[in-house]
Amino acid sequence: MHAVGTAGPRIDGMEQTTGRTKYTDDMTLPGMLTGRLARSTEAHARIVSIDTSAAEALDGVEAVLVGTDLPITYGILPVSQDETALAVGKVRHVGEPVAAVAAVDAATAERAVDLIKVVYEPLDTIASIDEALETDHDLIHGEGVGQNVHRTAALEFGDVDEGLASADHVREDVFYFAGNTHAALELHAALATAEPGGRVTLWSSTQVPHYVHRTLAKVLEMPAGQIRVIAAPVGGGFGGKTDPFSHEIVAAKLAMVTGRPVKFTLTREEVFYAHRGRHPVLMWVKTGFDTEGRITACHFKTFLEGGAFGSYGAASLYYTGALQTSTYQIPNYRFEGVRVFTNKPPCGPKRGHGTPQPRFALECQLDKAAEDLGLDPVAIRLINAVEPNSMTVNHLRITSCALTECIERAAEVSDFKEKFESLPTGKGVGIAVGAYMCGAGLPIYFNDMPQSEVQIKVDRGGGVTVFSMATDIGQGSTTMLATVVAEVLGLEPSDIAMVTADTDLTPVDLGSYSSRVTFMGGNAALQAGIAVKDRVFGAVADKLGAPVESLVAQNGRIEDAEEPDTGVTWAEAVALAIASGGPLIESGSYKAPKLAGLYKGAGVGISPAYSYSVAVVEVDCNPDTGIVNVEKVWLAHDIGQSINPLLVEGQIEGGVYMGLGEALFEADDFRGALHRGPSLLDYKMPTSLDMPPVESIIVDSHDPEGPFGAKEVGQGPLLPVIPAVANAIWNALGIRMDQTPFTPDKIVAALRDVARGKPGRIGPKEVPAFEFPPLIMVEPPEGFPTGRTHTGAGVS
Amino acid sequence: MTIQVPPVGFVSAGTLEEAARLVSDPAERAVLIAGGTDLVPKLKRRQTAPITLVSLADIEAMHGIAITDDGSCVIGALTTLAEIADSSDVPPVLATAASTVASPQIRNSATIGGNLCVDTRCNYIDMPLTWRQARGHCLKDGGDTCWVAPASNRCWAISSTDLAPVAIALNATVRLVSSRGERVVPAEVLYRSDGIDYLTKTPDEILVDITIPAHTTRNSFQKLRRRGSIDFALLSVACAVDLDTEGTCTSARIVVGGIASAPVSATDAETFLAGKQLTPEVIEEASEIASKPVRAQDNTDTGQRYRKWMISVHVAKALNEAAAERA
Repeated sequence: MHAVGTAGPRIDGMEQTTGRTKYTDDMTLPGMLTGRLARSTEAHARIVSIDTSAAEALDGVEAVLVGTDLPITYGILPVSQDETALAVGKVRHVGEPVAAVAAVDAATAERAVDLIKVVYEPLDTIASIDEALETDHDLIHGEGVGQNVHRTAALEFGDVDEGLASADHVREDVFYFAGNTHAALELHAALATAEPGGRVTLWSSTQVPHYVHRTLAKVLEMPAGQIRVIAAPVGGGFGGKTDPFSHEIVAAKLAMVTGRPVKFTLTREEVFYAHRGRHPVLMWVKTGFDTEGRITACHFKTFLEGGAFGSYGAASLYYTGALQTSTYQIPNYRFEGVRVFTNKPPCGPKRGHGTPQPRFALECQLDKAAEDLGLDPVAIRLINAVEPNSMTVNHLRITSCALTECIERAAEVSDFKEKFESLPTGKGVGIAVGAYMCGAGLPIYFNDMPQSEVQIKVDRGGGVTVFSMATDIGQGSTTMLATVVAEVLGLEPSDIAMVTADTDLTPVDLGSYSSRVTFMGGNAALQAGIAVKDRVFGAVADKLGAPVESLVAQNGRIEDAEEPDTGVTWAEAVALAIASGGPLIESGSYKAPKLAGLYKGAGVGISPAYSYSVAVVEVDCNPDTGIVNVEKVWLAHDIGQSINPLLVEGQIEGGVYMGLGEALFEADDFRGALHRGPSLLDYKMPTSLDMPPVESIIVDSHDPEGPFGAKEVGQGPLLPVIPAVANAIWNALGIRMDQTPFTPDKIVAALRDVARGKPGRIGPKEVPAFEFPPLIMVEPPEGFPTGRTHTGAGVS
Repeated sequence: MTIQVPPVGFVSAGTLEEAARLVSDPAERAVLIAGGTDLVPKLKRRQTAPITLVSLADIEAMHGIAITDDGSCVIGALTTLAEIADSSDVPPVLATAASTVASPQIRNSATIGGNLCVDTRCNYIDMPLTWRQARGHCLKDGGDTCWVAPASNRCWAISSTDLAPVAIALNATVRLVSSRGERVVPAEVLYRSDGIDYLTKTPDEILVDITIPAHTTRNSFQKLRRRGSIDFALLSVACAVDLDTEGTCTSARIVVGGIASAPVSATDAETFLAGKQLTPEVIEEASEIASKPVRAQDNTDTGQRYRKWMISVHVAKALNEAAAERA
């Protein structure tokens, strides 16, 4: 392979690093208006009246909208259509959009927002999981839901009671994972225009142009064909730009009303209110072990604080229970979960979507169990590690899996065992593992169409243009697609022109979420590339009188593999193909094999492949100040096959950075229902000075269905970092951090407890006595636990 | 989007006299601006709404560092924190403190005068406008309640200047000039423990320069913050101790910043140290004494309990470092 597996710069890297890339907020159109949203200053209230007359009368204001102008509900999941573009009837959190203005400039728009007078009748505010479960009046989403419960789940695979009864050692632990947010550098922005004929175009910093397209069609009551959505270059997403947002819909509506382009760019404060970040999750975990540390059964309960809307929450809930089994052989497994509404900005998917929280709990509990059983943290992970080509008890199909190799290599390269035994007090190492999906097995809305489509058009001069709706959010998906096509056609990635993320021009890719683009978009690009290659090879074979099988595409030529002098240039080959077969336009697509087990909730967690990550973290803690200095992180990642190792390392380092932030610094803290500090000064993301060196250990397991064997790296590497930090703090100081983030005040408090003879542990003590619905009992897969599985569909 | 600075007049004074005259007219609601790193974000958040900004940046006489014949160090108020951090003419402890303020970009613009006069901070007021409307405006923000301590009748916003504790510990003085005249006051006297009315400097007075007398003390500056850069101090400690040839402490200054509405002098600990050898036991006891009278409030990052605990830790750290320093 000449292109795949070669470390190289992104094909759009030069524009980005020299400031030439035009993000949404950089764009200006003639006559453009500035849009601003008036946001709720109440956490929970009925809207008595909205008076927009003064704003409308202000010179320079072109239009004002309120909730009744856009009354149709929407939401990213078909089961949670609970949002409106602007609040209708009531507000559910501080910062919820209530009205919108379009004005000639920002200052006028700002003044107009000040002039909108909203009269509220406050309702009781619900600001915690406990309050949500206890309150039976002033329900956030009205009558009939029962308390403020959004969704529940209760599943059992195998026989957990028997598994626990047969255990030699049983642990029960409670953990809390604080909510936190994406904090992408680029603020959300959207720019809309409406043509006199009625067509609407929206540029947006979104990860999901296809879902925004569908939402606009629904809320604006327009045929999708009259709407064009373009994802402009996105300055970081991390899951924060994966929902359709108020400002996108409102920009389009205001453009239609005024006949002029309208641009919204949110402030940092507004982004904290738009949120969709990590759910706060309270967890109770009971796990049985035999004397050698093998897990006999696991019972996992999760309580998710969802904020004011559904968003991805129904999926998030199941994700807090779905992937525990993807790393460890758990023969009997019970999962009970509940997601509640509170009067806070809605939570949704952030890098790892619903899985970092239970991963933190599981990996910390495993560390404690190892301590109880006199095992080392590496051994207990190795003895439980899942094996390639196996089924999990909850019907996840595991194919390629280098978990064991990742554990061994991370431990070896970091000298884990030696350090674990011998580092002095204050210094320590911790280890943890994780796994993540390579794309959700099912699309967000039910359909039988491909999840990714790619089209390739070849110009008569040989120029190759790839069309894909895959959205580059900084992860490098555009470079990945170009590299896959270049590999097939014997070209360089920089030879490929890319047209992406435009609903008018590009065939559908569902979006940049669930780590799906390399696996799904990559496979579609591979199939499209092969189709182009087949046509070109056929034409060249005719011309040369050589068999197709003897041809290779390399060095910008189509050559006879045996006699490289016999061949034609790529441009000549393309001309031959067009002459013989007409326009050289081919396409490819990918649809995941049917993998879902037959039970409610089985659609969450299934994926055509899983990546595996192992982190070792070394810390130096100051016992006086409680400040944890991370000295180094080793991160082994089973990538399957690197399409571009430089981008793989970039994603690993980014995941480690974000994981360390969640472990040590970041939390969405609230005073009641009000965010404690919606700014980048108060929300403590690590600075460059807080970032340790990261050693990436890339492990290739060559997935049988991934494009060239590739798997994901966008989300997986974050997962083990957080528990590895907690476990390292234990090794360093002998205290247990069962609650994120591990801030210096918690460290010092735990050490002071130890000094007074108390257990040095920070974390919740119990979970609410919530009555989960009756368990759905699910038989383990046939042949479990030794069941091997065939590999399914995909692209040949 | 980039939040707009609301419309405001701007005048750049060419001389100190002109600045003093411009700022003396109450009708102008004029506010002095130097580096603007603290004021501009407050304007954007609409925490203050002056009619006119009077810039001092063009007053050449207020720039620079000079050593006088008696060995005093005189620093013009417009000298940037980056210049001070890089200077070998200022006491090293002051350079250290300056180097810990905010970030490199901010230090390139922020001035020592601005730092000494920097507004008090509180996480009920240094917030965006929608947030403050949702919470209700606090006492410092035109409301009638201090949300930190609703039962009290004062504002508990925190003094966040890192340079003031050092200036006080080194017995510095500041020169204040107005159209009414000029006065020189000890740095300590510049501050008042009230989150709103936190300076004894009147609004029409301009802090022109700071003078640090030649000193023989051993000094240290310690700052606690969450991250390696950017953050305001959760706590800062400056100390200056004089030891005689026997190693006995003849005098000590210990000043704690970032914990109350003004820098706090730990006078009991200072008295305790006089005449004693700085043994580990003595340092520990002094640091406990220093933390005793200070009450932390819940109005910045991390809990008040932790910040209270950290006072003795950082006082001890400062005393240990000072004792180890060569005078």
